[in-house]
Amino acid sequence: MDIHEHQAKDILAKFGVPVPRGGLAYSPEQAAYQAREIGLPVVIKAQIHSGGRGEAGGVKFCRTEDEVREFAAGILGRQLVTKQSGPAGKGVYRLWVEAATDIAQEIYLGFVLDRKSERIMIVASGAGGMEIEELAEKDPDSLVRMIVDPATGLCDFEARELAFRLGLTGNQIGQMINTLRACYRAYRDLDATMVEINPLAITGSGDLVALDAKMSFDTNAMFRRPEVAALRDLSQEDPREAMAAGSGLSYIGLDGDIGCIINGAGLAMATMDMIKLAGAEPANFLDIGGGASAERVVTAFRTVLTDPNVSVILVNIFAGINRCDWIAAGVVQAYKEVGMTIPVVVRLAGTNVDEGRRILESADVPIITAGTLAEAAEAAVNARPNSAAA
Amino acid sequence: MAILITPETKIIVQGISGRIGQFHAQEMIETGTNVVGGVTPGRGGTTVLGKPVFNTVREAVEATGADASLMFVPPPVAADAMMEAADAGIRVAVSVADGIPAQDMMKVKRFLRRYKADRKMRLIGPNCAGVISPGIGFMGIMPPHIYMPGRVGIVGRSGTLGYEAASQMKELGIGVSTSVGIGGDPINGSSFKDILELFENDPDTDAVMMIGEIGGPQEAEAAEYIRDHMTKPVAAYIAGLSAPKGRKMGHAGAIISAFGESAQEKVVILQEAGIKVAPNPSSMGVTVAEILGKKAAA
Repeated sequence: MDIHEHQAKDILAKFGVPVPRGGLAYSPEQAAYQAREIGLPVVIKAQIHSGGRGEAGGVKFCRTEDEVREFAAGILGRQLVTKQSGPAGKGVYRLWVEAATDIAQEIYLGFVLDRKSERIMIVASGAGGMEIEELAEKDPDSLVRMIVDPATGLCDFEARELAFRLGLTGNQIGQMINTLRACYRAYRDLDATMVEINPLAITGSGDLVALDAKMSFDTNAMFRRPEVAALRDLSQEDPREAMAAGSGLSYIGLDGDIGCIINGAGLAMATMDMIKLAGAEPANFLDIGGGASAERVVTAFRTVLTDPNVSVILVNIFAGINRCDWIAAGVVQAYKEVGMTIPVVVRLAGTNVDEGRRILESADVPIITAGTLAEAAEAAVNARPNSAAA
Repeated sequence: MAILITPETKIIVQGISGRIGQFHAQEMIETGTNVVGGVTPGRGGTTVLGKPVFNTVREAVEATGADASLMFVPPPVAADAMMEAADAGIRVAVSVADGIPAQDMMKVKRFLRRYKADRKMRLIGPNCAGVISPGIGFMGIMPPHIYMPGRVGIVGRSGTLGYEAASQMKELGIGVSTSVGIGGDPINGSSFKDILELFENDPDTDAVMMIGEIGGPQEAEAAEYIRDHMTKPVAAYIAGLSAPKGRKMGHAGAIISAFGESAQEKVVILQEAGIKVAPNPSSMGVTVAEILGKKAAA
């Protein structure tokens, strides 16, 4: 789960990370008011769940209140498309107005889960400002990595060592130690999966301050972090994905035209691979999860059909914890309730498969059945109305 | 002999009194798995499916001599159940729970290191389908009838893709020694390499089918192990050729976030290590037949 920059700064500031003074605005008037309170010049930043805002025109340095008002009026309510946001972009509904900082140097600082060591890893570089991918490509030698032992947490000597390796001096060393410890504690105590400060600026007067902040959280741990869960902003999520998640489905919209309803993430990915190899593209990833009821299958059909590009639906179930008879009943029910107008290909295997096939055969619905994964993918690709039956 | 589950393995089910625990325990018993009891805190002294239920894993181990545990424990308390099993002397534990916080798994992995090798618990999963040694028994949620006893090991992240592989192999007359689901989470109890080591040392396994997916470094680590240490042939398949970068594909761990984590990159890494990679998921069985030196029958 992602949160906004202003929320991440708020959290990190509470843990002791220095951040510039700022305020939130939902209208041009509020933005102007915040600018007046903070003192001009200010930087205005569109709050969306995506990086690359600066290049996309979502960040503006303003010297006057008129400039503030004009920029805010132009961007609020708009979709901002960045290189990370996807082609639809993300809606801008709030702005963060912040005191402008005099920047002498930019540092990159990130905390991530390192899957190799299975521990929290700190990644830092004295050459900040760039995205980490770009940094890793252009200046890999500048990257400093450190893995934290969860038994001790981040030790002072480790933080100190990291500060010196980044070339910091004087007061900056103490400030860096505080910042590193604060980020580590925020990560650990709030079940984060990522904390990133990019850039962590060294100001003209030589002090450290976090100019940008990103945090992501472990959705599996939100049951014990209600204060973090409350920061979720549905306006930044794909409404179909959010709706599907609410019914126990894992759905991701893609660009193709073959709608997929599958059990198991691995089989879902593999089925998408088969579709691609058969010369078409999947419209979505959808895992109906374990123990799926007929109702959940119907919801899956409804979710897939919200995508207007879908021209055929492929259901591929290899039931273990699931049951083919329930799935088949769900398919039949969906056919009747949803008013299906496009072809549906169904492949069932595993638990109660004979019972499932019987339900499909005895129901009066024009479903195309397939015996194997390969047959199912091929049947789906050929069932498309615009297909030349290749 | 197979791995992890042998005829001598004595299994308890943590969470046996729950609806799901009971459903799967019953299937295990019906297919001849050696289930000796269950654990549900507060239900000690009762019986489920004719098996004694205990309040703690320690009591269950003392009374039954159990050395393996299958856990049907909800994600928020799953880590605690794993640590309880490890402390009570369980040697093989399988957790099917999907949705355990990553930091809980960090804690579990540290906890498991407390014990010396001769009593250390091997954890399979979480977020996996479990382990089956066809003809001997199973601990998990898989449909046991799709597996034919034989001499090829299967190890994979995805449960359903493991079923797919087993049924394709069965079609070709190829049986399974043991099939192990290591789960789709970013931090798991056993890695591909851990399970490959067991297969390499198992006299009843001739070859291995490994089913990976996008995300994480474990397939690359396995490739290195296979190249440098394995004498038995290994076939592989990697799911997620069409998965976009930076999106979580169902499994918490199935996300391309670093170099070498896409399906295409993993396929290259495996091929460079001399491993035969199935070009698509419906040719997993045929690829196993090839490494066994058999003619592809279908």
